[in-house]
Amino acid sequence: MVTCKQFLQELNAYLDDTVDPETKQHWQAHVDECPNCFVIVDTTKKTLQVYKGIEPQTLPDDVRTRLWQALEKKMAAKKQPQV
Amino acid sequence: MTPTASVPTGFDESALVAQAKAGDQNAFAELVNRYERKIYRLAKNITRNDEDAEDVLQDAFLKAYTHLDNFKGDSKFYTWIVRIAVNEALMRLRKRKTDRSVPLDEPVELGEETVQREIAVWEDNPEQQYSQEEWRKILDEAVDSLKPDFRTVFVLRDIEELSTEETAETLGISVPAVKSRLLRARLALRERLTRQFKRKGENLLGYL
Repeated sequence: MVTCKQFLQELNAYLDDTVDPETKQHWQAHVDECPNCFVIVDTTKKTLQVYKGIEPQTLPDDVRTRLWQALEKKMAAKKQPQV
Repeated sequence: MTPTASVPTGFDESALVAQAKAGDQNAFAELVNRYERKIYRLAKNITRNDEDAEDVLQDAFLKAYTHLDNFKGDSKFYTWIVRIAVNEALMRLRKRKTDRSVPLDEPVELGEETVQREIAVWEDNPEQQYSQEEWRKILDEAVDSLKPDFRTVFVLRDIEELSTEETAETLGISVPAVKSRLLRARLALRERLTRQFKRKGENLLGYL
């Protein structure tokens, strides 16, 4: 018998699927009969999905300009023979 | 050298890195082009501060350029630059800790303490209820509410998609520490977003 607490300790392994099939089956049996853990699994999955779905932060033009200015300065100082 | 120089897709990155190490500045510029947005996002996510994020972005690439000889090529260039950027970001975070209060949302304890968990299903497609700007703000504030130790692990594992081992190595902590911090970070975010997105008008207490 898997308790809620035991299951939640292993939630990541369950979500990331890093367990052997037999253990997973044990945990699945718990999720199937425990409405609370079912909801936690479902909403944690959704939490991860919303963060994976966000667009990468745009790099503001002025930040990018200053980055390249700093790099060019550094590169000019290094003066490598092959460019 | 132009910042918009591009390389055909499918171009082998190890060749690019080798050229950069041999002193080809265009090759290094191309590497910066590829990862500048991701490094900025990472820096912003860890420091939660525009000024610090910009400093991290610049210092990470300048250090990478200076120390390119130290890059052995046994990991991906991306993992290497991430490691440099994370160290820079954590250093700035520690500096700021003294003059900026770090918001501490009630942590989710998995110990013996009683856990007040929000157990409720979400509205369908909650993102449709908000403008893009509001949506981003909600997600950002939730990440913001995590303690820095948890936030950094969450950012590396679930946003930058580093492996558990890579995250442990980058942060100089053990694999079990990465796992336990990630669990707490995920549960705390779930909790917070559930308060925001739970389906209204349904009594789910019947489950408890």
